[in-house]
Amino acid sequence: MDILKLTAVELAARIKAKEVTVLEAVEAVLGQIEKKEEELHCYVTVDREGAIKRAGEVQKAIDEGALTGPLAGVPVAVKDNMCTKNMLTTCSSKILNNFIPAFSAEAVIRLEEAGAVILGKTNMDEFAMGSTTETSAYGVTKNPWNIEHVPGGSSGGSAAAVAAEECFFALGSDTGGSIRQPASFCGVVGMKPTYGTVSRYGLIAYGSSLDQIGPLTKDVTDCAAILEVISSHDTKDSTSVERKDTDFTKALVDDVAGMKIGIPRDYFSSGIEPEVKEAVLAAANLLKEKGAIVEEFDLSLVEYAIPAYYTIAAAEASSNLERFDGVKYGYRTKESEGLHDMYKKTRSEGFGEEVKRRIMLGSFVLSSGYYDAYYLKALKVKALIKKAFDEAFEKYDVILGPVAPATAPKLGSSLADPIKMYLGDIYTISVNLAGLPGISIPCGMDKAGLPIGLQLIGNSFQEKKLIQTAYAYEQARGAFVKKEGN
Amino acid sequence: MAKEYETVIGLEVHVELATKTKIFCGCSTAFGGAPNTHTCPVCTGMPGSLPVLNKQVVEYAIAVGLATNCSITQYCKFDRKNYFYPDNPQNYQISQLYLPICRNGSVEIETEEGKKQVGIHEIHMEEDAGKLIHDEWEDCSLVDYNRSGVPLIEIVSEPDMRSAEEVIAYLEKLRLIIQYLGASDCKLQEGSMRADVNLSVREKGAKEFGTRTEMKNLNSFKAIARAIEGERTRQIELLEEGKPVIQETRRWDDGKEYSYAMRSKEDAQDYRYFPDPDLVPVQISDEWLAEIRERQPEFRTEKMKRYKEEYGIPEYDIEIITNSKHLADLFEATVAICRQPKKVSNWLMVETMRLLKEQDMEPEDIRFSPENLAKLIALTDSRAINSTVAKEVFEVMFDKDMDPEAYVEEKGLKTVNDEGALRKTVEEIVAANPQSVEDYHNGKQKAIGFLVGQTMKVMQGKADPAMVNKLLKEMLEG
Repeated sequence: MDILKLTAVELAARIKAKEVTVLEAVEAVLGQIEKKEEELHCYVTVDREGAIKRAGEVQKAIDEGALTGPLAGVPVAVKDNMCTKNMLTTCSSKILNNFIPAFSAEAVIRLEEAGAVILGKTNMDEFAMGSTTETSAYGVTKNPWNIEHVPGGSSGGSAAAVAAEECFFALGSDTGGSIRQPASFCGVVGMKPTYGTVSRYGLIAYGSSLDQIGPLTKDVTDCAAILEVISSHDTKDSTSVERKDTDFTKALVDDVAGMKIGIPRDYFSSGIEPEVKEAVLAAANLLKEKGAIVEEFDLSLVEYAIPAYYTIAAAEASSNLERFDGVKYGYRTKESEGLHDMYKKTRSEGFGEEVKRRIMLGSFVLSSGYYDAYYLKALKVKALIKKAFDEAFEKYDVILGPVAPATAPKLGSSLADPIKMYLGDIYTISVNLAGLPGISIPCGMDKAGLPIGLQLIGNSFQEKKLIQTAYAYEQARGAFVKKEGN
Repeated sequence: MAKEYETVIGLEVHVELATKTKIFCGCSTAFGGAPNTHTCPVCTGMPGSLPVLNKQVVEYAIAVGLATNCSITQYCKFDRKNYFYPDNPQNYQISQLYLPICRNGSVEIETEEGKKQVGIHEIHMEEDAGKLIHDEWEDCSLVDYNRSGVPLIEIVSEPDMRSAEEVIAYLEKLRLIIQYLGASDCKLQEGSMRADVNLSVREKGAKEFGTRTEMKNLNSFKAIARAIEGERTRQIELLEEGKPVIQETRRWDDGKEYSYAMRSKEDAQDYRYFPDPDLVPVQISDEWLAEIRERQPEFRTEKMKRYKEEYGIPEYDIEIITNSKHLADLFEATVAICRQPKKVSNWLMVETMRLLKEQDMEPEDIRFSPENLAKLIALTDSRAINSTVAKEVFEVMFDKDMDPEAYVEEKGLKTVNDEGALRKTVEEIVAANPQSVEDYHNGKQKAIGFLVGQTMKVMQGKADPAMVNKLLKEMLEG
């Protein structure tokens, strides 16, 4: 048995059955990290000693019958924008190069309570701003399917780590597609839940009204099991929602008969690569063959999502990132004259180009005289987009489309043209603007052998419909195997 | 002929609310803890922390709004005010700009000029900042975040006031309303009530307002009055010299009685306000509003009316007692025990006021309990102690709030009511003072006073003076 080939749920079952020990699982995955990290660089921090120590504790709790859940003993990687107590948390930024949080994010605590073993922190675009993981201050992460390509972003380290078997599953965060797009580029499953489902407490904010934590996994079953564990009503997060329907694994049913699936015509009209279009429509066909009712419809306002998103996310980010000032923690410039010079130098030296670009953009749209014209208008667009989805969900259970217009671009080809990079978010960001759940599952490969992702979007709090549809699709699709040599 | 000028004043009053915990976290709001001991990741702005609104803050803000005739914004939001300063751990302050909780209110003030309405533009909720301490020796600055996140309301008046007297009357009125609500102790010295004064002058009769300045650092009513006078004079001098008044923020130095420019409008920052996405809008239902309205306490005007009807004490006493919520509470609680409004009122009006003045204290600082005051009154009523002893006991009680019964017992201060024992002392005194006895018999009524005094002296003040008087008369006449 190759432990690394197991899914998270399979591994936990083996551990429970005493066929595998937690330590064996941890050592297997640490061995894989050893083997792959130099090439891929999925992690900013790997906590070998901590993971091995924790493996013993978890094993003991399992043996004593104190831990019985579906994730007990499973090694996990956490995106580096989630606080982990006593473990470096950098957001892949120089400005947090020495930041060790005093508390863990609520989602991380949920995982720990379920018996997961944290391996370390995954690389990402700096402060989750980017679509390639190339804006990290700690080097790029490479796509395990082809190391000349990016893994996507901003949760690129998490997606690549799952794809490269450097962990059994990972947590990511999704503000405009940052879980779904790298999942798509790396051939893994990634889900952004309905806004408010997973506590944001301890997630270092980028765009607070859009950010959601979610799982990146090997399959849909893992995705449901992990979401079940990390979702919670957290009174420490005012935007957390109390839900009673978080038994997501109940939705792992291979049946889409009568499921109404809508395909937005606008998603396929222009800018999409033919291979992506073909693969996504083939997936829709497969669901149709299984009894789903699939039809095309017009989802309006698609072209307004990108400007609205970059206005709102940048505005929130410009304020959220103000606290990184060199006063209390993190990087501080070596020499400065007075307070304001210290602020200026610390932030100029500590933040990367893309972060600065968004801080400036956000500061501009909130400036007096521009607030109404940009920020308020973007909020109005956001409300209209939500309305357009509401109308669509009166007719459909699930909306089906691509995750990204193309497969993973080559390393170094994206940052030179940020506008083009932003346009790549077209299919994912409206889901964040509307606060909806979305899942990405692999549905094919292009000629170069790079994965293509299928996106399913659900109405608010309808994750179960997404999981059911994705699961049924996954069953029909069969194993999604990497090319030889990986 | 010299021009006549009118002063136009508007106030921004910050009031620290009396909640036990901070506005967005569970940390204590207690005053005076060791630096950074009342802190957590939320009020120190640590990455990943999130604010959660303290409901009590909203209730206090609504209560103050209702008491000042404001309309309550039933769908209100918090906004971020962005500016960089180390006392502000996130580099933004959570406040309210677009939808403040209360708007369009007014309070009635009374000065020698008569009664007047002062408009309230708005009341909004916000968090306080930390405190910076500049260490001259180490040449560094330290920050204490204990105050960071303490809830404040800012009450913004309309520019309706025309003199220092009106400003003081307005502040007194606000303070009383807020104290009656229990929403704050409103102590200027301790900073739980702070006022910024916006002031401009214009020629009498002019329609347009002049250019205003904002003055900060005013921590007593006296300082406010002096600052208004000083700033008015400064602005008039500028205008007389044909110089413009510059719109700026000025810091009042009460020692030098002069204000200094802090920053002008030109370097005013753009705070880039926007709704805080970490907080959900506050929805105030009709039911919630009704509940708070229901709970509103009896305010001063009603209280004064009731005191007159219920207790029959002089109007002057009512005026003084109701001018402090604490004093009024103390009065009512004591009367509820001893049922002697006039006597309670006397203790408060005479001895309490004297000691407050001597010790430079506010009525809010009174420590003794209604139970102990009632006991003291009972002790005098039963003639267990005489009035001189009672005053002495009261002074101790004022400082220590001890049980007067136990104290009188312990110190042996009880009046000697034993006629036999007293008669013996009186006889001795009479025998020892033949001159006074003679004086008395020669018609000098005053001489008996001397003899009473001598007896009390020997008795260490513990004799019942009436009884001493009676015995002396019997002896001298007999």
